[in-house]
Amino acid sequence: MNVTEHLPILQVVLPLASAPLAVLLRDRLAAFVLVLAATWAAFAISVLLWLQVGESGLISYAIGSWPPPWGIEYRVDALASLVLMLVSGIAAVVLPYSRASIEREIRPDKHYLFYAMFALCLSGLLGITVTGDAFNLFVFLEISSLSSYAMIALGKDRRSLVAAYQYLIMGTIGATFIVIGVGLLYIKTGTLNLADLGVRLQAMTSHRPVLAALAFLTVGISLKLAMFPLHQWLPNAYAYAPSAVSAFLAATATKVSVYALLRFYFSVFGETAVFQRLPMEDLMLVLALAGMFVASTVAIFQDNLKRLFAYSSVAQIGYSVLGISFDSVTGLTATIVHLVNHAVTKGGLFLLLGAVIAGMGGVTLARVQGVGRVMPLTSFGIVICGLSLIGVPGTAGFVSKWYLILAALEKGQWWLVFLIVLSSLLAVAYVWRFVEVAYFHAPRADLAGAREAPLALALPAWTLVAATLWFGVDTSLTVGSASRAAGQLLGIAP
Amino acid sequence: MSADDMLILAALALPGAGSVAILLCGRWPKLRETATLSTATLLLLCVLALLPTVLAGGRPGVRLFELLPGLEIAFRLEPLGMLFALVASALWIVNSLYSIGYMRANHEEHQTRFYVCFALAITAAIGIAFAANMFTLFVFYELLTLITYPLVTHHGTHQARAGGRTYLGVLIGTSMLFLLPALVFTWHVAGTTDFTPGGILGDRLSGFALAGLLALYMFGIGKAALMPFHRWLPAAMVAPTPVSALLHAVAVVKAGVFSVLKVIIYIFGAETLAAEASTDWLLLVAGFTIIGASLVALNADNLKRRLAYSTISQLAYVVLAAAILAPLSLVGAALHIATHAVGKITLFFAAGAIYTAAHKTEVSQLDGIGRRMPWTMAAFTVGALSLIGIPPAAGFISKWFIMSGAMGAGQWAIVVVLLASTLLTAGYISCPSYIELSFSRAAGRRTRARPR
Repeated sequence: MNVTEHLPILQVVLPLASAPLAVLLRDRLAAFVLVLAATWAAFAISVLLWLQVGESGLISYAIGSWPPPWGIEYRVDALASLVLMLVSGIAAVVLPYSRASIEREIRPDKHYLFYAMFALCLSGLLGITVTGDAFNLFVFLEISSLSSYAMIALGKDRRSLVAAYQYLIMGTIGATFIVIGVGLLYIKTGTLNLADLGVRLQAMTSHRPVLAALAFLTVGISLKLAMFPLHQWLPNAYAYAPSAVSAFLAATATKVSVYALLRFYFSVFGETAVFQRLPMEDLMLVLALAGMFVASTVAIFQDNLKRLFAYSSVAQIGYSVLGISFDSVTGLTATIVHLVNHAVTKGGLFLLLGAVIAGMGGVTLARVQGVGRVMPLTSFGIVICGLSLIGVPGTAGFVSKWYLILAALEKGQWWLVFLIVLSSLLAVAYVWRFVEVAYFHAPRADLAGAREAPLALALPAWTLVAATLWFGVDTSLTVGSASRAAGQLLGIAP
Repeated sequence: MSADDMLILAALALPGAGSVAILLCGRWPKLRETATLSTATLLLLCVLALLPTVLAGGRPGVRLFELLPGLEIAFRLEPLGMLFALVASALWIVNSLYSIGYMRANHEEHQTRFYVCFALAITAAIGIAFAANMFTLFVFYELLTLITYPLVTHHGTHQARAGGRTYLGVLIGTSMLFLLPALVFTWHVAGTTDFTPGGILGDRLSGFALAGLLALYMFGIGKAALMPFHRWLPAAMVAPTPVSALLHAVAVVKAGVFSVLKVIIYIFGAETLAAEASTDWLLLVAGFTIIGASLVALNADNLKRRLAYSTISQLAYVVLAAAILAPLSLVGAALHIATHAVGKITLFFAAGAIYTAAHKTEVSQLDGIGRRMPWTMAAFTVGALSLIGIPPAAGFISKWFIMSGAMGAGQWAIVVVLLASTLLTAGYISCPSYIELSFSRAAGRRTRARPR
């Protein structure tokens, strides 16, 4: 038996198995070591898979050697391998951070539960990405969602319970819509294999149940990815969750949902059903623009930095959705590149905010006054990530914006170009609220003695900040993989 | 890699390395200032060493890396960029000497941050000067905006914050809103952004599209301060005087008009634009800015504010000269970048000296200052002569070229605008309120007679 053949299943099984073991161990250090090993192994596997896909183009793995479409198939293509690498990479950075971070933010007797939930959530997100089976996808979606409700509720702030409950209700509605959509597809075609569905649906793109399934899946997944106006759960969830959880979810959960949407739209339903039978192009365009402008504007008026950047996330998701609405290689490249770039940026940002919480005891604007003086490195990191959100050249965000503008120009839509750049000026406004508070005010008297974040928090955070800068300079990994994935989705490249 | 390539890289890396050295020497002011001065000197030597090659017709270049397929960060020397690099690196030395005195005499805080940001701003300026394509220029252009923000808001007061907001808002706003779409569009149309003599657009665009793209570039380059996007320059007057000198003479506005010249000559191509009547609006906007800003300067009582509006007007000279599109006026435009730089830096240094020595900021307070500070005011007068364009001051030469170009092109309306603005310049820069009065014996007595 050759291990390299079984990488797709190991990708999911390792973190999945580590979760119950962590609960059995009941010891926070042992649980940490176990989950850390599983997470890092998952990252290593994702890198290997990415290399394999780069050579062969597609990996199909039949679980239990039952050939698809009868058995469950795991399928890794260019897009999946990129998202796998992103999710496990972020997890590999966030988990070491969380050890120092939850020390302050979660009761010690619950630490082992946190690690178990983290492992579950990770395996759920990886499972969504790797699976080639619609029902399997739903199950993994539930695994990741349920574990993330639990992780959010672990926050010390009692509002985190309400936030988790809100997310639970919305997430369950979303999951219900998804399962109805999958059910309709199963009734029509008798198969759950995504690739098989894609072939069979081509002949029935005008059938009403198929279009209904498309509508149900769109709404369900949109809830999960917090597409405007279905984003209400997100700001509270991000704001009151423990810092490590905010960072992990902000960088991965919505991104994997975008992945699921791309998968259903382009691999299952196909362009004809999505963009010709239904007016999804216009609908997504309008919703994306509304999200970009409304959420950014709301962000400007937030007093809690975590909430501020949570609203910014809703706006940035708008950019990804906008890319999908273009239905072109450049547009999808923009979406996928932005997926990665925004994940890295926002992940770094929330990790740094966690460091600020550790130093200053909170992230309301009143509390972080003068943080630029007492925590210069951390503040500088936040500014860099902020510049990436704005899309300043030299940062990752610039690359995404470049492709979005290019995609709009290819369509000849100048008004859209101006709306895209205009919305990034709103980002200047909310980022500069932080800059002015951090650098133009003296720290509060009781916080003047605050220290720079400890290395255990600073190092992971700066890893992501460095990645933000790196992906703004060397785009061969991000843009290269993204354009290949976009080509595959649209059936242009092999 | 040839010696010239090494020199180009060295010129780009030197200010950055200098800023690290300045940061490390932060605790020892004398060492820190030595680091600044020696970096500045080395940079000038570097640029000077490159000069003979360029004058001999060489165009050495370096490619650093490819950011996106077909879009690379690359540098290539040509005479215009050389001129800008020379101005920036030479004036950096002068400005550093002045900064040391000014910052000490006024007991400014955060001096290390000041010198670090200053050096980094010079890196950005050199990057702009040497850029081989519009994309590289854009990257360094944005960098320059961000790096100068801490300098503009140096004092950290409420006013500084408000000024910083306008500064950043206008500069980032214009560059994001207009320049970035213009850049992406250029790339989309031409498939390259390389600066090429004769332009890269060829006949792919005409009429409205060409005029529109030109508008995106001209207003997108907010650092050239064409009206109505000029407000950032007076707003930035809250900064310490050496920063004003950096903004007005060494790097920032010069980077703006330099970019305008680069775009007109190497992206559009003067011939392409000359053949297209729909681009004449630029003359109108530039002419309006010249006259409008001069009129505002005439009424401004704050000395630095008056100088700021004077800069806006003088920058529009460069844009106007470029928009005439005649070879002579293009030479005039390039020369005016240099002559205005040295003239304006003199005026700002004098204004800063007056503030440091006498704590006066308003023109109406300057009665008799010439008797107390004769050397300062003598320098001020020389700067003023250059600004008006009276021989033998340098400003005369660039104005001569611009004027000849306009006459040669038969643009008599422009000649009238230039003449009118010369009168206005003479009015606001040497009107009785300061040069005459400040030297006059009677005014001096009157000042002394005033109860204190």
